[in-house]
Amino acid sequence: MYDRKTIRRRRAVLALLVVSSVVLLTASFGGNGGVGSVQRGVFEIVSPIQDVASRSLKPFRDLFGWFGDTWHAKGDNKTLVKTRDQLREQNGSLQAEVRKLKEQYGINRVIATANIGNLGPVEARVVVASPTLLFQKVTINKGAGDGVRSGQPVVTAGGLVGKVDVVVGGSATVTLITDPRFGAGVRLAQSGITGTMTASGGDPEDLIVATTKQNAPVSVGSTVVTRGTSTDVRLPSLFPPDIPIGKVTTVDDAGTDTQRVHVKPFVDVRNLDHVMVLTRDAATVP
Amino acid sequence: MNPYAAPVAGRLTILGFVVCIVQLAAVSQLDFFGAHADLVPLVVAMTGLLLGSLPGAVLGFACGFFVDCALIQTMGLSSLLYLAVGYGAGRLREVRDPQAAAVPAVVGGAATTVVTVGYALMQFMLGTPIRVTGLLVGQIFVTILVNTLLSLPVYAAVRRWLLPVMPDDPRRRRRRAQTTRLSPLSRA
Repeated sequence: MYDRKTIRRRRAVLALLVVSSVVLLTASFGGNGGVGSVQRGVFEIVSPIQDVASRSLKPFRDLFGWFGDTWHAKGDNKTLVKTRDQLREQNGSLQAEVRKLKEQYGINRVIATANIGNLGPVEARVVVASPTLLFQKVTINKGAGDGVRSGQPVVTAGGLVGKVDVVVGGSATVTLITDPRFGAGVRLAQSGITGTMTASGGDPEDLIVATTKQNAPVSVGSTVVTRGTSTDVRLPSLFPPDIPIGKVTTVDDAGTDTQRVHVKPFVDVRNLDHVMVLTRDAATVP
Repeated sequence: MNPYAAPVAGRLTILGFVVCIVQLAAVSQLDFFGAHADLVPLVVAMTGLLLGSLPGAVLGFACGFFVDCALIQTMGLSSLLYLAVGYGAGRLREVRDPQAAAVPAVVGGAATTVVTVGYALMQFMLGTPIRVTGLLVGQIFVTILVNTLLSLPVYAAVRRWLLPVMPDDPRRRRRRAQTTRLSPLSRA
């Protein structure tokens, strides 16, 4: 059916492609600069095309989203009514607690610091999203030309979304808070307990917080915010303080040295459309 | 020199580029019960099924390279998986040449399974801290299901695009062979 020459050629091409893939994989995993440069080059070329494609395909996405939203609206309505009732009950006690906290921690100063209006927010549109749960990255349509730099925090109205990873002229990639490679210093808003937050990997609705004091008491329902750093620390945090991240859902092995705090993020990273990049370092804002 | 090589390469380049852009800019942002359809493995597998193992493998490698670059993720991972899918589908055609109508759906489902499960396994092997959660398994299952449903229309679209440059369409060939072999009665 096939002559020997065809078979040999097929095997040779297959071997070449497999070897190329393995070489790329090894070089990429080993942090080879050459591969990174090629990746950036291709990214820089294709990102304007992706932006145009994303804009032109938006009506199609919106139409599809409308069907999905209508489908889920009934269930959401029930949940929201239940949540509203619970929130009304909590509101009274929380107001008293907020007054107390204002006195204790000087909340006015914190609000001024966390006011993202001072942090040079740049609005960006999500043009590309990773199709897999294992690589949680998105591409935005703002880049170095708009003042976006690697490591800058990315937020939405709901809270922290992630941080800027690779930046080219007109676009940038954002590593989401649900990516297994993401990490941030956090604080529990009510108790002030600090810790480090990482993604659990494989579940975008579950973040893990390791508290600095390992057996610190953590209550379910607490709000988790970014910790930030005071200016006298030599290695300042990438994130300004008090940006909301999520709410504590469960605590494994509570009160022990091995306790793991599970947090559900406020932002649904699978349905991002517009985000804001905070382009000014919180430490330099007066 | 194969006279079909240049037109096939041209059509495959356009096909690969368009499908990657559409996948990344639109389809990956559409939510199907918490999961996303993935057109790239489908198109690579259907190309293998229509043109053979070599074009399937080359398109798979190229699409994987493009996706890894566009998403700034670990290079070579998608290339390896898509290459396996394109080559496997092509070998199926070369060795068995299956003619059943459900073949594209089965191949599409199998290709998606290889890519999604393979991707998770490769990430584990590379040391990415990942937990096997119900959500992850559910997402993989829904993606396979949605892709299986999309396989037939994707096969039809890819076949339509590649038909002008296909050197020999097996179905047309077979149909012609049957109509020309007439019975002695009709020959009289």
